[in-house]
Amino acid sequence: MPTPTDPAATPIIEFRDVEKRFGDNVVLKNLDFHVNRGERVTLIGPSGSGKTTILRLVMTLEEATDGLILIDGDPLTHRIVDGRRVRLSNREIKRTRTRIGMVFQQFNLFPNMTVIQNITESPIHVLGQSKAEATRRARDLLHQVGLDDKADAHPSSLSGGQQQRVAIARALAMDPEILLLDEVTSALDPEIVGEVLGILRRIAETTDITMLIVTHEMQFARDVSDRVLMFDGGSIVEDADPDTMFTAPAHERTRKFLKAVLGEGQIGTR
Amino acid sequence: MQDQRDLWDWEMFFRALPPVLEGFLTVTLLVTVLGTAIAAVLGLVWAMLIRLAPQPVSGIVKWFVAFIRMTPIVVQLLFAYYAFLMVDAMTIGIVVFGIHYSTYMSEVYRAGIDAVPKGQWEATTALSMSTRRTWAAVVIPQALRATVPALGNYAISMFKDTPFLLVIGVVEMVNAAQIFGGNNFRYVEAITLAGIIFLLASYPTSVLIRRMEKRLAYAN
Repeated sequence: MPTPTDPAATPIIEFRDVEKRFGDNVVLKNLDFHVNRGERVTLIGPSGSGKTTILRLVMTLEEATDGLILIDGDPLTHRIVDGRRVRLSNREIKRTRTRIGMVFQQFNLFPNMTVIQNITESPIHVLGQSKAEATRRARDLLHQVGLDDKADAHPSSLSGGQQQRVAIARALAMDPEILLLDEVTSALDPEIVGEVLGILRRIAETTDITMLIVTHEMQFARDVSDRVLMFDGGSIVEDADPDTMFTAPAHERTRKFLKAVLGEGQIGTR
Repeated sequence: MQDQRDLWDWEMFFRALPPVLEGFLTVTLLVTVLGTAIAAVLGLVWAMLIRLAPQPVSGIVKWFVAFIRMTPIVVQLLFAYYAFLMVDAMTIGIVVFGIHYSTYMSEVYRAGIDAVPKGQWEATTALSMSTRRTWAAVVIPQALRATVPALGNYAISMFKDTPFLLVIGVVEMVNAAQIFGGNNFRYVEAITLAGIIFLLASYPTSVLIRRMEKRLAYAN
């Protein structure tokens, strides 16, 4: 088993028969899967297969239309009471939400704040850190992402790659147990993708944060992941360790997808 | 006698200066500044109530805002003046102007709030920000950037609407000019003077707005 933690322990993320529909459009159906604490799981699959929706459900940006999502055994947005599915109070949802961080494709930095204000906002106002404490930590994180000199810059003066590094620092400043990475390099120039992936690799190596990743960077997925889930049409087609997934996928659908993404003759090579 | 006088009399012009200026400073300017302040604050209150308050509050506010916007300010001034006889006319004027323009401002704020990208809201959720911080630290500052020019333009509109105050007997600048004209049988100089003061005050204000707009702007 590639999972780094005891499989008998409570999974940090668990989907139980989750359904998500937008009107008549069913995006996820009868979805069951779990992520163990400390695991790095990458979701791959064609666009529209529901990968990003999964991250958005975990971040509570969307709510499932049926089924349950548990975070460390606790219900995220809904629980079952007397056989009925009941929404939690906003306060309860919020308590779980602080354990989860997300980095977006479009960075979503606050343009009216400086870099350091972006990073310290929630540590101060949500976690209750002192300004000095939050600032010290923010500067440390900026150092880690190689942006020591940009603390007082406004996001608009930064390149896309720099903005995404700030967004990573901002997410980490909340000390999340779960970090969601939603196509974080898709909006970047190709030559900048490497620097952002390098930082994420280092975070993966030096921390034990659980990561749920949606990416089109297959090499990165292969290097960082403990497990890869192949999605199609709102369901998991294949669940395997990265070597198996990328060298000897069991399903025809996976082979076709990987061939399309990686190009002919890529599967099976390293 | 009357028709033998010159069309323009500089002496009358300068004699009209003190009363007209007094009307400008003590009423026109005061009503505009306080009225704009009320409109700016109440406009945001309406916009936030419509957006955040539960029914029926948000519905009532929406209806109220539409009602005020669709009735003339003169009617509102007269209504408030006769409905609240114990309140002095000047206060009535300030409050009515403030409320009237707040309904226009609320539309501007609404547009500014709607213009805040979805990703910004999502980031506030991902960072577990409270509703209060979301609005105070992210949404309102970004919405305000878009509303400054409109707020300035409404301030200038309000400024130019102040002569309506004469329907409730408040002696603002134009009313003062008319009284001067009546007392001296010379209207042109005093009214011209009032017009010049309107122009002199409006122009620098519009320049100031443009400058503020520039300072608040940040490229994306």
